[in-house]
Amino acid sequence: MMKRIMCIIASLLVIASCLCPVAMAQPEKDYSHLKGTTINVYNWGEYISDGSEGSLDVNKEFEKRYGITVNYTNFESNENMYNKLISGGANYDVVIPSDYMIAKLAEEGLLAELDYENIPNHKYILDKYKGLYFDPDNKYCVPYTVGMVGLIYNTKMVDGTPDSWSIMWDERYAGKILIFNNPRDTFGIAQFLLGQSINTTDLKDWDAAIEKLKEQNPLVASYVMDEIFGKMENNEAAIAAYYAGDFLTMHDVNPDLAFCYPKEGVNFFVDAMCIPKNAQNKEAAELYINFMCEEEIAVANANYICYATPHALVLESDDYDLKGDPILYPDEANTPPTEIFENLDYETQQYMSMLWNELKIEGNSNIDAYVGLSASVVLVVVYMIYKFIKKKKREAYY
Amino acid sequence: MNQKSSLMTKLSGSPYIVWAVLFIIVPLCMVAYYAFTDKTGAFTIDNMAQISKYADTFILSIWLGLLATVICLVIAYPLAYIMASKGPEKQSTMTMLIMLPMWMNFLLRTYSWMTILEDNGLLTSALNSVVDFINNTAGLSLDPVHLINTRGAVVVGMVYNFLPYMILPIYTVMLKSDRSLVEAAQDLGGNRLDVFRNVTLPLSVPGIVSGFTMVFVPSVSTFYISQKLGGTGTILIGDIIETQFQTANNFNLGASLSFVLMILIFICLAVMNRFSDDDGGVII
Repeated sequence: MMKRIMCIIASLLVIASCLCPVAMAQPEKDYSHLKGTTINVYNWGEYISDGSEGSLDVNKEFEKRYGITVNYTNFESNENMYNKLISGGANYDVVIPSDYMIAKLAEEGLLAELDYENIPNHKYILDKYKGLYFDPDNKYCVPYTVGMVGLIYNTKMVDGTPDSWSIMWDERYAGKILIFNNPRDTFGIAQFLLGQSINTTDLKDWDAAIEKLKEQNPLVASYVMDEIFGKMENNEAAIAAYYAGDFLTMHDVNPDLAFCYPKEGVNFFVDAMCIPKNAQNKEAAELYINFMCEEEIAVANANYICYATPHALVLESDDYDLKGDPILYPDEANTPPTEIFENLDYETQQYMSMLWNELKIEGNSNIDAYVGLSASVVLVVVYMIYKFIKKKKREAYY
Repeated sequence: MNQKSSLMTKLSGSPYIVWAVLFIIVPLCMVAYYAFTDKTGAFTIDNMAQISKYADTFILSIWLGLLATVICLVIAYPLAYIMASKGPEKQSTMTMLIMLPMWMNFLLRTYSWMTILEDNGLLTSALNSVVDFINNTAGLSLDPVHLINTRGAVVVGMVYNFLPYMILPIYTVMLKSDRSLVEAAQDLGGNRLDVFRNVTLPLSVPGIVSGFTMVFVPSVSTFYISQKLGGTGTILIGDIIETQFQTANNFNLGASLSFVLMILIFICLAVMNRFSDDDGGVII
């Protein structure tokens, strides 16, 4: 009897010890040693559920759960982020750049390889967003949002239903057109219209694109990034090119706005979470990335940001307000041709920057400045001569 | 004793000297270094050669900066004069009112001008209803007013943001000037205009010069105001410089543009300073 009991206990022990590693791995790993540390997260503006309008405050939730302080800052463009990163003025633990910038950072050896053991939720990311060209071996990033660029227009101000980028060259809407304040997106529009690749390295193509944009320049009201929200919501502008997800936010405020994917093609992008090579707190950064991929958190972010999500559980969640939204998730027939930005080589980048400057100063017509300045110079000279004569006279008098 | 006190004097100046070396001299040298090198750090004058392309932009920036400064002067001078002649209580209230907008963030103030001047904005819609009224009653067909994305809007933004920097130095100089000089001029039989022209105005020139500097320099180099209020037709040199650092990642061109801008501002201020030398020399 005793023997049998011993036997049972022994076998139970064996079974338990076999199960143990499994049992240990399944629940939360122990992160208590990270308590009290800080991570620096660098993300786009308005790109996380932050607790406003009753949404979940994701960063606060993370701090509460793990006792790790999140130092959260924003950037306005990929280039902005890149310059901040390489200038070495600040250390970041998590950054969320777009596709071509990830390629550039990886190429320059600025990204740390992720330890996916620490990011088990990576499995929820749809396979079609894994192993894309900028990270073919799935080493550096976990996709955060995806999306496409499209045309936003005000139905009260625009006749008919546009389906082409060419409406941005329509003189009827002069002074009511907004365009991106960043070279790649802006050139992209002209390049789609001209039937070029947005990743062309033929400088002649870029010349043709700049000619096209110069043609458009007199009609454009201003170069904008996030100011577009106010301008479109208040009927200040009639037509703009922007990201599909942001259209949904604007449409909530101004129902007169409408959206289309131009038939010539649009830019498709993936923004993904990465860890820079010089991150100070890589383990906590991986924990943060994993946390962002939890179902509840990912749903909160997807609801708040309104961009399309690469997260399988969110797409099926009943809490997801934009489930099956026709703009974010168009069916086959309504999906325009798309192209993803690739990292341009150095020469092409320099050439593009030069053309971008040229485009920006193109609109300056300077007759008033010349006339005004020469008049001022004449005035100053006359005044000085007058003073000089007066002084001479006075000297002669004494 | 004498030596000791001179040592103390030297020591007391050292915090500022350290500050100046670290944050003024060293950065200036870095600007000069970047301006004359290329990406690899080799000496080049390519950046400088490229600058001729931006001559128009420089001219536009200086012109708009000058315009804003002159408008500031025209508004600020009478105000400073009136303020200085008021009782102490009124003076502190007025100073406070002038300083008040400066407590608010500069970017926010410019952003609100954007919403005021927009086509559906506060000011524009008010003006347009007046235009409509005139059109309807007088049977005219005046065009609706358009304010945003024009050079005028940029100048308004500059004047609004930098006006206190013109008022305060002029006011301070007037307040400190010796009242007995005015009385002496009056005793000698000068009428109000004579007194103003020969005493008050020349005495306030140092204030005008420092006000001019404090308004002109930030106006010429601004980029935020022109980006928000100027649209596509008013790209100033500050915008171009900002682009070099923020998006184009071409620090060398950015540095050489800043370098040239600095020289141009220096020339403008040198010309301005000649006025103060002449007048000051005559009076004092």
